Amino acid sequence: MERFADEADVVIVGGGPAGLSAAIRLKQLASQHEKELRVCVVEKASQIGAHTLSGACLEPTALSELIPDWKERGAPLNTPVTEDKFSILTEKYRIPVPILPGLPMNNHGNYLVRLGHFVRWLGEQAEELGVELYPGYAASEVLFHEDGSVKGIATNDVGIAKDGSPKDVFERGMELHAKVTLFGEGCHGHLAKQLYKQFNLRGNCEPQTYAIGLKELWVIDEKKWCPGRTEHSVGWPLNRNTYGGSFLYHLNEGEPLVALGFVVGLDYTNPYLSPFREFQRWKHHPSIMSTLEGGNRIAYGARALNEGGFQSIPKLTFPGGMLIGCSPGFMNVPKIKGTHTAMKSGMLAAESAFSKITDENLQSETAGLYIPEYEEAFKKSWIWKELYSVRNIRPSFHNYFGLYGGMVYTGIFYWILRGKEPWTLKHNGLDADQLKPAKDCTPIEYPKPDGKISFDLLSSVALSGTNHEHDQPPHLTLKDDSTQSFSCVYEYVPLETGDGMRLQINAQNCVHCKTCDIKDPSQNINWVVPEGSGGPAYNGM
Amino acid sequence: MHRSSEVKHLASDFNTRACECFGQPPVQPFESHCPVLTDRTVRVQLKVLKVKDGSVFFIRVKPDRTGVVTDGVKHSMNPFCEIAVEEAVKLKEKKLVKEVVAVSCGPQQVQETIRTALAMGADRGIHVEVSGKDYETLGPLQVSKIFAALAKKEQADLIILGKQAIDDDCNQTGQMTAALLDWPQGTFASEVTLEADKLKVVREIDGGLETIKINLPAVVTADLRLNTPRYATLPNIMKAKKKKITNVKPADLGVDVSSRLEVLKVDEPPQRQSGVKVETVHDLVEKLKEAGRI
Repeated sequence: MERFADEADVVIVGGGPAGLSAAIRLKQLASQHEKELRVCVVEKASQIGAHTLSGACLEPTALSELIPDWKERGAPLNTPVTEDKFSILTEKYRIPVPILPGLPMNNHGNYLVRLGHFVRWLGEQAEELGVELYPGYAASEVLFHEDGSVKGIATNDVGIAKDGSPKDVFERGMELHAKVTLFGEGCHGHLAKQLYKQFNLRGNCEPQTYAIGLKELWVIDEKKWCPGRTEHSVGWPLNRNTYGGSFLYHLNEGEPLVALGFVVGLDYTNPYLSPFREFQRWKHHPSIMSTLEGGNRIAYGARALNEGGFQSIPKLTFPGGMLIGCSPGFMNVPKIKGTHTAMKSGMLAAESAFSKITDENLQSETAGLYIPEYEEAFKKSWIWKELYSVRNIRPSFHNYFGLYGGMVYTGIFYWILRGKEPWTLKHNGLDADQLKPAKDCTPIEYPKPDGKISFDLLSSVALSGTNHEHDQPPHLTLKDDSTQSFSCVYEYVPLETGDGMRLQINAQNCVHCKTCDIKDPSQNINWVVPEGSGGPAYNGM
Repeated sequence: MHRSSEVKHLASDFNTRACECFGQPPVQPFESHCPVLTDRTVRVQLKVLKVKDGSVFFIRVKPDRTGVVTDGVKHSMNPFCEIAVEEAVKLKEKKLVKEVVAVSCGPQQVQETIRTALAMGADRGIHVEVSGKDYETLGPLQVSKIFAALAKKEQADLIILGKQAIDDDCNQTGQMTAALLDWPQGTFASEVTLEADKLKVVREIDGGLETIKINLPAVVTADLRLNTPRYATLPNIMKAKKKKITNVKPADLGVDVSSRLEVLKVDEPPQRQSGVKVETVHDLVEKLKEAGRI
């Protein structure tokens, strides 16, 4: 069956901060230079912002460059940071650590935001400028010209039953062709995965390393609410060799709302460790419980984030396409901020794409445009400088003293030298290779959730509004059946015949966090995109 | 009245001529039994409603208890309205109706819902602008008044709506619209067939299925089993951007949208209490007596 095809000048995969910033920048340049440019954004979530999840403490640098009058335009940056606290937790106590100016976790001048709402606002700005936004449509395939350059993308066929047969409502996906395609799928994008292989984009960099971020939104007792207060912690309940920590932000959005969450590095070695249960356990710490007591949880979500930083940046451009945002990965790990760098990368990509597309004398060697100018601009930008200066902080945790060694390193080399030391530390290899065999590790005794402060996984997933059309092929594909240890979606159920267990994949529960694809030791799981508009329905996460 | 007598005249004329030609009672395909439908414009008017998406499990009551939080919550077309749109588009594909018009009442955001209807196959849309406080208090009575006014203005012959909205579960708009227009109604439809100038509707009722025949013009409300709505594919969404949506205000139609109802309070359902297991029937009777139930 033939697929319908359409042409645009630029197609952007992913309607997140990077994708939308690129779209806005392209249209701004088009209007400035009085040129016509067709820009289309495809986004798998049913509405812009519905798959966005982040702390988030936003550094407004990129936003001010993109839309200088963001305040007048009603950008939802309602909570300037007023108080900044950092501490090391032990099981019972909290040891405050002074945040000296110059340390990466100093948040003066930043804003606490609900990133989903910010992304929604960016979407509105983009539409006003004439960007064509198509939420609810997932890009599932990269299309190539005969010369191997990227031609565009195709959305997935819909109306396929679980067994793969077409239903009555079967419709073929559509092809969107472009002169250049920008891939902004967020952390560990599934099309980016293909592109790395196809164009060998990771030949000269370290493999990407990741963490999983889990987050909840709570309405708390008004007496405990301090809008603008920003708290971060490390230490308990993680041991010194497991990278991770927490955040707790008091938002100023009309009601006493706090955003809180927990990040665990996915290079953890103990297969009994459950990031979700560490998060739930952390909430019972006396200093956290005092804030949450009497409050109500109203949202939950999770997403993988990249931690590889400078060492893991791949090649960013290839014939017909470019990578932007958290997909290649520009997160400043000690600051735990990646939104400002994602936005800036989108803007740089847009600027270099625009000059190439509108260059009338251009003689391109390939049908899809190759734009190395993006990579050059990137290397001259403040993203590069920023990521370079913090490049050794995360890898410095790989020492005997773990967390404490890392903090000492940060204090000496970052605070004093600003990352100017001449060496670059390496990461430890793929996250998927880090798990030790279960027999060599101690099982962790997690407390049962109490239903008031801590909760079980299934009720949490229900709170994310996750839904997928149930009669479709599972989008978590296995190269072959083997042991999996993630309980959100994968479970072993007794066989109907009574003896033995079989693997059951409850793809309907998937919140699209991508952690299983990253952490699976056998790298057996391949996350592919389900029918568009399925997945979580986050509201301002 | 004038229209129906004209119709009868046309039909009998046609049949007589046919008999003269073939010398036997005409056995024609369905369409030619009803020249009325192909000759005149049968407009199907759909009500398309934007509601909170059915898969969003966690709805919060607003702190002031006047309603639920809707800001940022995922909204989509009411599932029963999707079925109504699908049915109208099917009728058009069978060439039984000439034009399908999708209508929605609400603020700017409902334009997205109308576009989805256009992408599924509706020809044009009408956006009745109602926003702010008026939108919060907009209920079945006001909507049916708007619909009745539009039906007269657009000279529609068939109005198809979803049987009820999944946010308020009122199940009233279709019925009220029919009453205001003095049109027959076929509600909870699980099957709709056009037969001559009548509509055969199979209705889902508590006792089973009821089949009725009603005259056109009529109001039909769609139930779950009427059809399976098609996907609004991306190429169709793109084409739908070129289809026309006209904006109308309730005042232009002579409709007052102020509500006669006042919501006093909205509360979450009470927390489910755990049950108690009893050992014997005697214990059960005792417990029921204790609770004052018997």
